[in-house]
Amino acid sequence: MWEYSDKVFEYFKNPKNMGEIENPDGRAEVGSESCGDLMLLTLRIDKATDTIKDVKFKTFGCASAIASASVLTELAIGKTIDEALKITNNDIIRELGGLPNAKIHCSVMGQEAIEAAVNNYRGIETVIHEHEEGTVICNCFGITDKTIEKAVREHNITTVDEITRYTKAGGACQSCHLDIQDIIDKLNNE
Amino acid sequence: MKNLIYVDNNATTRVDDKVMEAMLPFFTELYGNPSSMYPFALCSKAPIDKAREQVAKFINAERSDEIIFTGCGTESDNMAILGALKAKPDKKHFITSSVEHQAIHILNHSLEKMGYRVSRISVNEEGLLNLDELRNEICDDTALISLMWSNNETGVIFPIEEAAAIAAEKGIPFHTDAVQAAGKVEIDVQKTGVDLLSISGHKIHAPKGVGALYVKRGTRLRPFLIGGHQEHGRRAGTENVPGIVGFGKACELAGEFIEDEVNRVGALRDKLESEILKRIPDTSIVGSREFRTPNTTNIIFKYVEGEAILLMMADEGICASSGSACTSGSPEPSHVLSAMKVPIGVAHSAIRFSLSRYNTDEDVEFIINHLPPVIERLREMSPLGSNRR
Repeated sequence: MWEYSDKVFEYFKNPKNMGEIENPDGRAEVGSESCGDLMLLTLRIDKATDTIKDVKFKTFGCASAIASASVLTELAIGKTIDEALKITNNDIIRELGGLPNAKIHCSVMGQEAIEAAVNNYRGIETVIHEHEEGTVICNCFGITDKTIEKAVREHNITTVDEITRYTKAGGACQSCHLDIQDIIDKLNNE
Repeated sequence: MKNLIYVDNNATTRVDDKVMEAMLPFFTELYGNPSSMYPFALCSKAPIDKAREQVAKFINAERSDEIIFTGCGTESDNMAILGALKAKPDKKHFITSSVEHQAIHILNHSLEKMGYRVSRISVNEEGLLNLDELRNEICDDTALISLMWSNNETGVIFPIEEAAAIAAEKGIPFHTDAVQAAGKVEIDVQKTGVDLLSISGHKIHAPKGVGALYVKRGTRLRPFLIGGHQEHGRRAGTENVPGIVGFGKACELAGEFIEDEVNRVGALRDKLESEILKRIPDTSIVGSREFRTPNTTNIIFKYVEGEAILLMMADEGICASSGSACTSGSPEPSHVLSAMKVPIGVAHSAIRFSLSRYNTDEDVEFIINHLPPVIERLREMSPLGSNRR
């Protein structure tokens, strides 16, 4: 059982701003059903001031994905779009009173969603962070073995710390450190 | 705490009161080490022999000394596989299935690192084993075949008697992980002809921390835990006397309850399943309904994610389980459902309900009344499904 904060439970059970705005000014869908997390974010924007008047979300995902989305909407309402783009996943984690390490990716999805929705309003295409090829090694940041292998080869890496600096992998809960070391050792022995 | 509706019995079970009662003296009164040299120690040795008899009878082993007590089902599986492979150092091929429990599924990775070739026999969309593939994979280098009796996530039962016969014909030792089958289907090691069989205490109303491995007389097996002479030198370590006594009692009771399990619990499961399918749209059953343990159902609730369902249900006091622990947004929720070709998106929406002798008709009524609003609420939150624009 995950040790969720009371706030995560509260937002999960009683999410704020759940739904979908008709004919939204900005719209984004991030994540995917096959990854178990999918979030739809719709924005109502006052065009004269570029201020976010209303935000609604719909999420297919776990409790922390729903809670992260709810918190994101509250953080975004009332902000100008430039201010909204400064919302980070750490802001979401802080509002939730923390997230288990294995669930940090839920807050990352929130940050990606607001960025993509604002881009949509501005008519900019968002480069979607597709899941890369390979097996996910670092669950917190969703980093695959392929990414780690590439970093090892390109930078002649020998330690887990270096991998974390270059790719973020292993930077949160650390449970993947042995797997990362295995990859480093394997490549360095080749 | 509000009323608890526990339908996660494939995860663990409540200890039966009679099991508890049988164990109690061995904590505070008869606490001697069975290996010690005084009569007081004998008081804890004889009960182990009795428990061994009870386990042997439960699985119809010919002799009680074919039973080795272990610390858990995982240890039994590891001991069987590593022990049997070590006994045949010249052979480097291991055959298993693509849907085994982690105790074997993850062990396979280690075996491959150790230089073994592992064949994972596929299953069809109903989770049923491809026996032809099993026949074709066997070669001169095959050291061992291990196939689970019934699946922990879906309850689907493999044709163990047929598979064991195929192995026997080629002279290959055969192991089965019967942890999820014990107490739910009749287990007869002589009739099925298996050489090695794993069972676990806490799945059949004994406490956690005790399991057993059946080793047919004459089966070559190297010890796994090395140390003292316990368990006839086959499993070192001071015996978990209370646990073993409880396990023996639980096996005796499981034998008595098997009819209840098949009939009454089976009927409750059927009712739960059919009412959920009837009351909640866009739901479906995972796995064969014909070849399945009577207590298990795995149901897909489209458009909503498993963990969210579990937590909403937990709020109502209902304890069930999902195939996936969503940790990563990693695209492989459950190797079992993936092997059954359940689309990965949908596999995130699977919930397992597993019943036991302690479940009642009221439990089932409660679930079928309280679950529909939970699913409806989560579907309102979901961008998928009928309200998708």
